[in-house]
Amino acid sequence: MKLITAVVKPHRLDEIKEALQAFGVQGLTVTEASGYGRQRGHTEVYRGAEYTVDLVPKIRIEVLVEDEDAEQLIEVVVKAARTGKIGDGKVWSVPVETAVRVRTGERGPDAL
Amino acid sequence: MPPGITTLAADAPELSAANTGFMLICSALVMLMTPGLAFFYGGMVRVKSTLNMLMMSFISLGIVTVLWVLYGFSLAFGTDVGSVIGWSSDYVGLGDIGVTELWDGYTIPVYVFAVFQLMFAVLTPALISGALADRVKFTAWAVFIVLWVTVVYFPVAHWVWGAGGWLFEMGVIDFAGGTAVHINAGAAALGVILVIGKRVGFKKDPMRPHSLPLVMLGAALLWFGWFGFNAGSWLGNDDGVGAVMFLNTQVATAAAVLGWLAYEKLRHGSFTTLGAASGAVAGLVAITPAGGSVSPLGAIAIGVIAGVLCAMAVGLKYRFGYDDSLDVVGVHLVGGIIGSILVGFFATGGVQSDAKGLFYGGGLEQLGKQAIGVVAVLAYSLVVSALIALLLDRTIGMRVSEDDEISGIDQVEHAETAYDFSGAGGGTVSRTTAPATAPTAAPKAKKVDA
Repeated sequence: MKLITAVVKPHRLDEIKEALQAFGVQGLTVTEASGYGRQRGHTEVYRGAEYTVDLVPKIRIEVLVEDEDAEQLIEVVVKAARTGKIGDGKVWSVPVETAVRVRTGERGPDAL
Repeated sequence: MPPGITTLAADAPELSAANTGFMLICSALVMLMTPGLAFFYGGMVRVKSTLNMLMMSFISLGIVTVLWVLYGFSLAFGTDVGSVIGWSSDYVGLGDIGVTELWDGYTIPVYVFAVFQLMFAVLTPALISGALADRVKFTAWAVFIVLWVTVVYFPVAHWVWGAGGWLFEMGVIDFAGGTAVHINAGAAALGVILVIGKRVGFKKDPMRPHSLPLVMLGAALLWFGWFGFNAGSWLGNDDGVGAVMFLNTQVATAAAVLGWLAYEKLRHGSFTTLGAASGAVAGLVAITPAGGSVSPLGAIAIGVIAGVLCAMAVGLKYRFGYDDSLDVVGVHLVGGIIGSILVGFFATGGVQSDAKGLFYGGGLEQLGKQAIGVVAVLAYSLVVSALIALLLDRTIGMRVSEDDEISGIDQVEHAETAYDFSGAGGGTVSRTTAPATAPTAAPKAKKVDA
């Protein structure tokens, strides 16, 4: 199994969710995150005082998949997340040792 | 306060139900300004000090109201003693006052005048709190309010509005509190922050407002309440002056919003929400002393000037290194000075009194009086407020510890958190709040397999 993690622009969430559903993904986890890459932050002005906001709001999406689906799923996420502008984010995968469905106790790919 | 309304009722004035009703509503409007101010300030601080900021204003409603009944009204509006303070034993405890007894020369009961003026006394120390964000012990602040209203606000209100007060008798025009409220509070704020110093991380850490919608809500409540503050300050509506004041309040405020936003767009590139809200307050402050003596076009001029100059003035704290956290000096002191001085230019001589400003052929006379009023209140409040802060700092201490300031004053001083957005909970109910039905009893004889 693999854990696919995507840190992307918040407004792409719905697009990605739909693409994943179309692909057949049964569940995912979304957290609000903040960070920066090459995009860096932006400047805000309050009563003339300028603040550089380094950490930009992002959405972190996590999906567990079977090994053979991983590459294709990454492509799906990348395609759905892309706007072509700086700050689109990153997607990566890591191997997962085990997974358990809490309700039934099923393990491994059965738990997905 | 107007000196000459007695001329309307040649003989003894009679109680006017219309004026009495109007003034009671105005009093309620002015009351609303203090919570409005609390939200205006509360939205501007970082999330960890929101409740403290709200409470610094709210506690003024509690403390000053009680002091006003006990001796405040007597000190401010009792019989003049040496042109600097009042005292009437009848007013102590507000007890020896007949319910239909009229405020001298007016058509409203003494009680109505007392409650209207009470709301001003509540608001003024609350204004100071914006400069002290994030770092002042709540008990120290409470004691500060007690001392400050006693030795600064009550006397200054007497100077400016009390019969026999020296600025009042000199002919300084302060319709609704440009000197007594705004310069007074702004100068006090400056005095206190020079003593207690900057917030941890001033000029280094980003200190963004945590909720601009709250700031806008507060500004809107202030604007609304200010109609009572300003129009009510004529203490009745027999001659239309209150209506002129009402109109000018709206006009100057609108113009100041535009002035601030225009400056900001040219200087910093954006029209900000905080700029609009701040411009509104700057305009309200500036028209407060002036609205009863200028024309609507004069009000536009005062509003624009106040909006632009206050927008420039809020940057001074970075240059001079004093931490006027939410710009009480930049908005209230500067705005109050602008309004009080501009009376000397824009007074038409045809509304509140026949005193004419420089632009209406009045020469420098009124301008000179206005300048004396500004300097006197500014200097007295600045020095005495700094001394009070110094006294408290040396005794009970004005500031929370640096650690507490960094981790957030709300939890330290109020044992609360402003917002709970987490669905996770994660706490337990402790002794005093234990529910009537005991939570699931701990299982007896729990077997643990080794």
